[in-house]
Amino acid sequence: MKLPVRMALPLAALALATACAPGTSDNGSAGDDKSGTLRVWLFQEVDNRPKQKVVDAAVAAFEKSHKGADVTVEYIPVETRAEKIKAAFNDPKSAPDVIEYGNTDTAGYVKDGGLADVTEEFGAWPEAKDTDPTAEESVTVDGKIYGAPYFVGVRALYYRTDVFKDLKLDVPTTQAQLAATARKIHKMRPDLYGLAVGGAYTYGAMPFIWSQGGELAEKKGGSYESAIDSPAARKGIEAYTSLFGGDNCPAAKCAGMGGNDTVTAFASGKAGMAIGGDFSHQAMEDGKVKGKYAVVPLPGADKGDIAPAFAGGNNIGVLRSTAHRTLAVDLMKSLASKKTQGELFDAMGFLPTYTDVRESVAKKEPFVAPFIKTLGAGAKFVPASPAWGQIDASLVLPTMFQEIVSGRKDVATASRDAAKKMDTAFRTAG
Amino acid sequence: MATTTARRTGAWTPWLYLAPALLLLGGLLVYPVYQLGLISFLEYTQAQVSGGEPTTFQGLGNYATLFADEQFWQVLLATVLFAAACVVSTLAVGCALAVLLTRVRALPRLALMLAALGAWATPAVTGSTVWMFLFDPDFGPVNRVFGLGDFSWTYGRYSAFALVLLEVVWCSFPFVMVTVYAGIRAVPAEVVEAAALDGASQWRIWRSVLAPMLRPILLVVTVQSVIWDFKVFTQIYVMTNGGGIAGQNLVLNVYAYQKAFASSQYSLGSAIGVVMLLILLAVTLGYLRILRRRGEEL
Repeated sequence: MKLPVRMALPLAALALATACAPGTSDNGSAGDDKSGTLRVWLFQEVDNRPKQKVVDAAVAAFEKSHKGADVTVEYIPVETRAEKIKAAFNDPKSAPDVIEYGNTDTAGYVKDGGLADVTEEFGAWPEAKDTDPTAEESVTVDGKIYGAPYFVGVRALYYRTDVFKDLKLDVPTTQAQLAATARKIHKMRPDLYGLAVGGAYTYGAMPFIWSQGGELAEKKGGSYESAIDSPAARKGIEAYTSLFGGDNCPAAKCAGMGGNDTVTAFASGKAGMAIGGDFSHQAMEDGKVKGKYAVVPLPGADKGDIAPAFAGGNNIGVLRSTAHRTLAVDLMKSLASKKTQGELFDAMGFLPTYTDVRESVAKKEPFVAPFIKTLGAGAKFVPASPAWGQIDASLVLPTMFQEIVSGRKDVATASRDAAKKMDTAFRTAG
Repeated sequence: MATTTARRTGAWTPWLYLAPALLLLGGLLVYPVYQLGLISFLEYTQAQVSGGEPTTFQGLGNYATLFADEQFWQVLLATVLFAAACVVSTLAVGCALAVLLTRVRALPRLALMLAALGAWATPAVTGSTVWMFLFDPDFGPVNRVFGLGDFSWTYGRYSAFALVLLEVVWCSFPFVMVTVYAGIRAVPAEVVEAAALDGASQWRIWRSVLAPMLRPILLVVTVQSVIWDFKVFTQIYVMTNGGGIAGQNLVLNVYAYQKAFASSQYSLGSAIGVVMLLILLAVTLGYLRILRRRGEEL
């Protein structure tokens, strides 16, 4: 038989083709060796040495109590963690046993099949009963627990004590006062933003929605349904977006800003107030405003209320593909133990996830008091759905705020469009 | 019998010589495109890659999702218009400067060449970042020189696109300029001289003498520019912070990146890639056809 060349090539291509479908890795558990090397990935912080010291101490204690276990810790850069961790899920053979991960990623990683279910071990762990409920929520997906909270991060209101004194202003105690104070500052000091806000600063905007009783999404059956266009949520969106404009933070500059930009603006002395995290403390200390600022919880809708803050932070989880499950879970517990978290606070200033440890560190370091007060008033978390990663990455909420701020759409239309996009994501990603 | 065998081996000989090149092309070009096409028909997100969920065949599902997305059509339109504007501006600037190069003395020519090569050699990320600094509303020298106060270039949709267009033209005109300059150098001097003696103006010489003789070169730089500018990513991503206020400056490539990598919907991203590939193929083939019809040898 003679095949014409014209046909032979496509046929050969086809033969080659059927042999190579895109890859799928097997992330099933590989076993439970009681000795061997455990690999850990933790995030590399800006100044990592103090963290490393704390971790080394915890690891040394773990190795001492677990004969035959050998632990190697690697610090991975925060910027490329998503790629790294995805790669680890794709190639279980070279994956670590234990990882640190951002708490908004929990549901996504669970759906990816990357994290091991540790519900039983977590329930039997005596220390876990003091875990703050919001932190526990951030390791929980569909009632099952996929890790141990490592630290929490929460935002509050930074304000310039010198500016407030000069202009004879009182610290705002309600959201309405906050807006009025911001406008006053900008009016009397036109070179300052009253309250630095950003169109892409989702975590700074959420407290406004929550304090009006709004929600990002509500659980419906097995999935979520967007609630961003509910009347309460709209009121919060209205309150936040009304802060953009010539009388506080000009839309032309502020619409594009994200959280870091607002913190930088405040730290460099360009804003009277800003919403910043306990983790922004160092940036402020290094900036021009050192010694000229104080922090209070972000005021809520009514006098005396604290606006619910977003409970950010990181967790420690065990990979489903680990070959040393028992050891890995034990290591997770010692890395996220009360003792280690207390030391981590001393070294890095990361807030512990245990309510009792948090109270004791607040006594040592008065700076964290407003943040702990904010957490005590009930912080909130993003929907524990794998769709959240997608909603976050497609910039649904920043787009909504920016559409309103730039005058393209009104609050009702923009929030309805955002709700539609969120619902599509919830439907497809579960 | 013997002659037919000889002829048969003879027929295979060109393929034998082509084989190494074809293998390389097949491995580096056909196979990735094939994978792109295949993934676009599957449901393939991070959950499938890492084995959390089985991979399923979706048929044209991803394409249906894509075409039903209003934003996709807006982004597609913006991409086509933006790429067209970039191509026209790049060619105009590149050709004008190429003609200028043939008209000036050695020293200014060297200076212009060096400046152009500098722009060409600058990595896109660096160029975009420097550009952003130049046009910064608070600290940028451009606003200060032109007395624009704190005008934010990236806030308005058109000013943001214009800013990116300037950067794209700046970093891609050198290729056009150098190529066209080489082409002009190859045009026999007497032809241009004869036209000048007949009293033709600069513009007339370009239009009626140089441009027709340079057509093959212009074809190459146009197709190159179309492909580059249609696929522009870095400039938009860096200068408008990943697509601008409320996504107003999204172009297809950035949109595909958002879908494919930022939110791990690899299959949807692949579908966008396939659509881009088809559009570029259609544009290039269409352009070649028009030229063929005019009787041009390529």
